[in-house]
Amino acid sequence: MSTNTDATRYCEDVVKKFVLAAIFWGVVGFLAGDFIAWQLAFPALNLDLEWTTFGRLRPVHTSAVIFAFGGNILFATSLYVVQRTCRADLFGGAGLGGFIFWNFQALIVVAALTYVLGFSQGQEYAEPEWWVDLWLTVIWVAYLIAFAGTIMKRREPHIYVANWFFLAMILTVAMLHLGNNLAVPAGFFGGSWMKSYNLFGGVQNAMTQWWYGHNAVGFFLTAGFLGIMYYFVPKRAERPVYSYRLSIVHFWALIFLYIWAGPHHLHYTALPDWAQTLGATFSIMLWMPSWGGMINGLMTLSGAWDKLRTDPVMRFLVSSVAFYGMSTFEGPMMSLKAVNSLSHYTDWTVGHVHSGALGWVAFVSFGALYYLVPKLWGRKEVYSLKLVGVHFWIATIGIVLYITAMWISGIMQGLMWRAYDNLGFLQYSFIETVEAMHPYYVIRATGGLLFVLGALVMVYNFVKTIKGDVADEAMQPSTAGAR
Amino acid sequence: MSIFKQHKHIETNVFFLAVGILLCVIVGGLVEVVPLFTIESTIEKVDGVRPYSPLEQAGRDIYVREGCYNCHSQMIRPFKDEVERYGHYSLAAESKYDHPFQWSSKRTGPDLARVGGKYTNDWHVRHMINPRDVVPESIMPGYPHLMRALDTSTIQGNMKALRVVGVPYTDAQIANAVKDLTEQASSDSPDAAVLKSYPKARMGDVDGDPKKVTEMDALVAYLQVLGTMVDFTKVKPEAIRR
Repeated sequence: MSTNTDATRYCEDVVKKFVLAAIFWGVVGFLAGDFIAWQLAFPALNLDLEWTTFGRLRPVHTSAVIFAFGGNILFATSLYVVQRTCRADLFGGAGLGGFIFWNFQALIVVAALTYVLGFSQGQEYAEPEWWVDLWLTVIWVAYLIAFAGTIMKRREPHIYVANWFFLAMILTVAMLHLGNNLAVPAGFFGGSWMKSYNLFGGVQNAMTQWWYGHNAVGFFLTAGFLGIMYYFVPKRAERPVYSYRLSIVHFWALIFLYIWAGPHHLHYTALPDWAQTLGATFSIMLWMPSWGGMINGLMTLSGAWDKLRTDPVMRFLVSSVAFYGMSTFEGPMMSLKAVNSLSHYTDWTVGHVHSGALGWVAFVSFGALYYLVPKLWGRKEVYSLKLVGVHFWIATIGIVLYITAMWISGIMQGLMWRAYDNLGFLQYSFIETVEAMHPYYVIRATGGLLFVLGALVMVYNFVKTIKGDVADEAMQPSTAGAR
Repeated sequence: MSIFKQHKHIETNVFFLAVGILLCVIVGGLVEVVPLFTIESTIEKVDGVRPYSPLEQAGRDIYVREGCYNCHSQMIRPFKDEVERYGHYSLAAESKYDHPFQWSSKRTGPDLARVGGKYTNDWHVRHMINPRDVVPESIMPGYPHLMRALDTSTIQGNMKALRVVGVPYTDAQIANAVKDLTEQASSDSPDAAVLKSYPKARMGDVDGDPKKVTEMDALVAYLQVLGTMVDFTKVKPEAIRR
């Protein structure tokens, strides 16, 4: 890992833009999520308008947080990391970087508009219609060229481990995106140009969708963000990665095993049993590389554990890896068919996703942003480390409220669905199980609100940082945060 | 261990690294996806499953447009409680003409795989306009905008596109699409031509406006056919054993 002491002039302008976009879309995506969470508690918030129903807004939320927030974070960090660790400026320079940036932002806006206006492929996390998919493909190829091109002109003999993960993310997401979006536009036959039908139907479509969907988690939200972990945790801790060998095992085992896990989204469905069993088996095996990666991240702090107390940015990074460990334990457990028979279709799944999404993806992103913003804008440190601590605790309490509410509501609903009275009849009508969810939906939405508030504290902190302000307490960072 | 020493050949060459990644990530998908197209027992041999009528398909497109899959599943699992609550567990054959599939992964609302015939047309219309009129505790959004006219200009093209992806519409079915659609949404006749092409199609105007085919007519026609195509009293167990 080289520091910027040599003569290389890194292309940082485009990284800055991606950082700002990530912060913006993060807040938008969190807000959208919290709004639809309140809709589930108070249906009047659907407003009886076609554009604001839960069904059209949920894809806005999921796309905004995964692709807009997560995507911009990945662009920002990967393009920052690849230049630094290769000691080379960005291949294609500001031109190619700007092309990727502006097209990607425009695509986000257009995709969100199409959902709201009622154009959707109807597959989770792959809602954009065919022409948006083609547009994204062009952007993604440009990204691959910029990223791999930078690696090719590196002035370091080895490719740093973070870049393996970023490269695996870029290549695999390309494969998944193309495979799952093979669709025939109806416009070619006199139908609507805004409508397409997936090449696969029924059970085969279910399999390709969850091959895609699970690995959107596995590669976009895991491999990519592990790339972030492998650069920013060692940098912030000022320690080398714990184990080089573990990195190698972690990387290859993770990418090989992850791709098989999709069928666990289809347990007990009409997908053939052999595929379900295969998916469950690999999901359980996946626990090992996941925890191997967690250990590699956490043990990087060997000899620097005091930073957890003194540095709230480190606290975000370390907690994110801990959340990663937790949700990658919960995931294999939920992929067991016996557990899945209870958890599937319930809020437990939603809670699981959010312990990964908020605890792992968002926290490691916040950690990286708190590292990057002062660095990119030439400040010594963020405006206020104390506010970073405030953000950490507000967000953590928000996550805890969120996931505990979803555990309770999910397990409760699953049990209510299968409950029999002593005469042998189903004990609850479906609507009784919906009613029982209400308090937990309120708690979940409150947790989400705290998470949004935390993000707004971060925005304030960054505005001040970029302006060049320094809070009083910055002189004594060791007392920042909670004791 | 020497194997770790060998890794330097990969981590110093972006081409080798990329090839290694692609080899690793391709295997799982191939093994899991390809056999679903080649193993014959994947889709059960049962009678009755037919392509959707033009009105039903238009309704299905609305179902997809509104993102109903975000809260409703169409996949009954083979558990006692689910079978008692919703009906016979879902077969792969029943969604073989579904592009895209809409099994979903969440039941914020109940499963809809066999909702066909469970409620009257009138119930569905009132429920769609304001769910709380018929189910006070419901948290579903209202869909009053479905009372607008259905755009029928694209249905033929949509059916042709569906034929390309494998739905066996005949030339006659495509030629008669708009006629069939209008007939299904306005006639109650048991001799209607549309029933010959699409048996068990739910006939009649549902929204009280026989002069106009609305999006509501289409969506309700779709919901009313869900799960009704296969007659489970006539299905032999060996046909669905996998």
